[in-house]
Amino acid sequence: MLRKFVVLVLAVMLLTVAAASAQDAPVVTIAPDGSVVIGLAAALSGEGLAPLGEDIQRGAELALDARPTVTVEGKEFAVKLDPQDDLCSAEGGQTVANRFVADAGVVGVVGPMCSSACRAAAPIFDAAGYSSISPSCTAPGLTLSGYTSFNRAVVSDGFQGVVAAEFIYNTLGVRKIATIHDGSPYGAGLVEVVTKRFTELGGEVVAADAVNVGETNFRSTLENIAAEEPELIYFGGFAAEGARLAQQRADAGMKDVIFMGADGIKGGEYPTLAGAAAVGTYASSAIPEESDTVAEVLAKYLEKYGLEKPTGPFWPNAYDATNMILDAIEAVGTLDADGNLVIDRAALQEYIRSIKDFKGLSGVLNCDGTGECSAAKIGIIQYGEGGAEIEVAVGVPNPDGSITIEVPES
Amino acid sequence: MVSDTPTLVSSPSRWTGFLDRNLRNPLRLVGIILMAYLAYIAIANIASGQFTLERFVRLFIFGLAQGSIYALIALGYTLVYGILSMINFAHSEVFMAGAYIGFFAINAMDQSGFLDDQTFLALLITVLVGMSASVTIAVLLERIAYRPLRGAPRLVPLITAIGASITLQQLFLRLFGSGTRVYPDVNFFVLPGIFNNLECIEVNGAQVCRGLDLIGGRYEVEFLGLSLQIRPIYFLVFFLAVIFMAALWFFVKRTKTGKAMRAVAEDKKTAALMGIDVDRVIVTTFVLGAVLAGAGGVFFALYNTQVQPFMGFFPGIKAFTAAVVGGIGNIPGAMFGGMFLGMVESIAPSLLGIPNQLRDVIVFGMLILVLIFRPTGIFGEVLSEKKA
Repeated sequence: MLRKFVVLVLAVMLLTVAAASAQDAPVVTIAPDGSVVIGLAAALSGEGLAPLGEDIQRGAELALDARPTVTVEGKEFAVKLDPQDDLCSAEGGQTVANRFVADAGVVGVVGPMCSSACRAAAPIFDAAGYSSISPSCTAPGLTLSGYTSFNRAVVSDGFQGVVAAEFIYNTLGVRKIATIHDGSPYGAGLVEVVTKRFTELGGEVVAADAVNVGETNFRSTLENIAAEEPELIYFGGFAAEGARLAQQRADAGMKDVIFMGADGIKGGEYPTLAGAAAVGTYASSAIPEESDTVAEVLAKYLEKYGLEKPTGPFWPNAYDATNMILDAIEAVGTLDADGNLVIDRAALQEYIRSIKDFKGLSGVLNCDGTGECSAAKIGIIQYGEGGAEIEVAVGVPNPDGSITIEVPES
Repeated sequence: MVSDTPTLVSSPSRWTGFLDRNLRNPLRLVGIILMAYLAYIAIANIASGQFTLERFVRLFIFGLAQGSIYALIALGYTLVYGILSMINFAHSEVFMAGAYIGFFAINAMDQSGFLDDQTFLALLITVLVGMSASVTIAVLLERIAYRPLRGAPRLVPLITAIGASITLQQLFLRLFGSGTRVYPDVNFFVLPGIFNNLECIEVNGAQVCRGLDLIGGRYEVEFLGLSLQIRPIYFLVFFLAVIFMAALWFFVKRTKTGKAMRAVAEDKKTAALMGIDVDRVIVTTFVLGAVLAGAGGVFFALYNTQVQPFMGFFPGIKAFTAAVVGGIGNIPGAMFGGMFLGMVESIAPSLLGIPNQLRDVIVFGMLILVLIFRPTGIFGEVLSEKKA
């Protein structure tokens, strides 16, 4: 008798909980003494990835240090960060997204970090009406797939790849390249853009191959590429595989073949992993607008975490993404009769998509309504001894859609 | 299936027997067609000049080193399987531990300058440290994870092995962090008398040639009209692997402990009745496998430089495949399987004109082909009723 009663009570409780969680999806309600939770999804573990993810987390943390509360209708609410590991993979992105969606207190998400994770997380955020701003998902397709939740505060590889191709063809004067990617949406997407632009310019892609993430020996891959005698190898992927390819290219007789990658091998572990082989290789990434604010935040970054230089290129983007979400909360949040903060998720997303003239660290951001929010420049650096980064070119977008490659005088 | 038992008869019916065996079995038929197709592509690529002898030799040399590493790891799988009829999936972490802990040794010696002064000694110490780390992990593994399950159904230790593998990966991750560590550049000069035109430097205005750089060297060699890029370390790894394998072979075939191992592999209960300490023999087996894996780990890291907690996964799974191709439980089979797989992985993609990313497809495809025709592996003996 008692047992039956307990089962009945449990069933009723379950039903109530289920009904409640189904209802509260479109709005977030935060009690007067509660805090606003911002989710952060980045790769916090993994070979060559953790430094990039930690860099993103630091960017968001610095943003919150500077702005620990949001003020809605004169009332302050504390802001908390909830960092989760997205593993830089589709599975990781899915897991993290499900976790954030299950926690109705998460207002918005900074991240995920990798395009594969972004692609997996976007449909889940879409369904729950969430908003996310990625500081680093650069795959061109992400803003073309009609995701309602996806935004990015980083420049698309549609632009980064084009700058890379222009730089290779016009600045370096290379006519024959080989491409290698790591099978990720980021790497494959980047290589696709570079290939397209480079052939349009009149260059030839003599070999195209891919490597498996986690494998160590790429010598036979490189040997086959060497047979086609490229002048440059363009790599779309991350530090671990990039470093191996840069090192092992000498074993296949391509010591003098130029090696170039994108933001996946910019900063972080790459120069350490590749050692002497990194010297002379190129990497590109969006560069923050130079301003006193950037220098100031950078100084705080280095001081707070006791580092000599940032461990990745994305901290300004993470800083901006966090501030954009906080701006949006202040703009659309309202107080109800009990003093609770009420945020309508749809209004939040609408606000983010229509942000104009946002003066961030990574430049002046204008969201175009598709989730694309960045118009930064792309800087190309060459590695010197001991991981030194020498800026060799800057790609600037022109209003007519063309690109100017500016080469600093040396 | 009567047609499956091979019968030794005179040549005409032998042929019909062959056709009978292979054509009536649809799986084998598919296998034969596939092999013929692959052979056709390979020949076409060679005939069209796509695949040159020079390329073959270059890829062969890469395969040599990689295959030796696979063989060294595969022996660990095969030894344990031979004795316990169990796949020790944590063996890839035994390999990783050797490479990873070896890093601390070689790095410390690099920092102190010992590596430059006494290169040979430093390398020896690194290999010994790597081996000891592997042995420690393997012995603990046997003691904690496998021995309590000795009498359990076969699936239980298998699942435990997978669990142990993940535990060890995560343990290293938590202890040493997720970052990748890089072996220092090692230059080990030998035989300045013979290689008197290599690695020359100016010392106080005089030319000094230091000889062949066995570890870090990279040489352009013209050989029989082929221009090759050679790193002596590939051959070094191969020769060391061969020496290790020969030592293992001698140990198993010629020593008393080796005899005991074979007895335990044959029948544990009877061996125990004959006065053999089965537990000790099993520990010895784990130690032997770990010695080879630890050495393999250090060799692997010496020429691929990067070590991290998950580095064991791919080599481990390939070496396991190698052990199965060669016939699991069979020592020469593991050696052959390792070399074979290293070669296939290196050469087959370009021979068949397939993107290198798909080399694992070829490797595991080869496994299936071998198993179609020889279900127990190339060297595999037919297991007795009891063991199977």
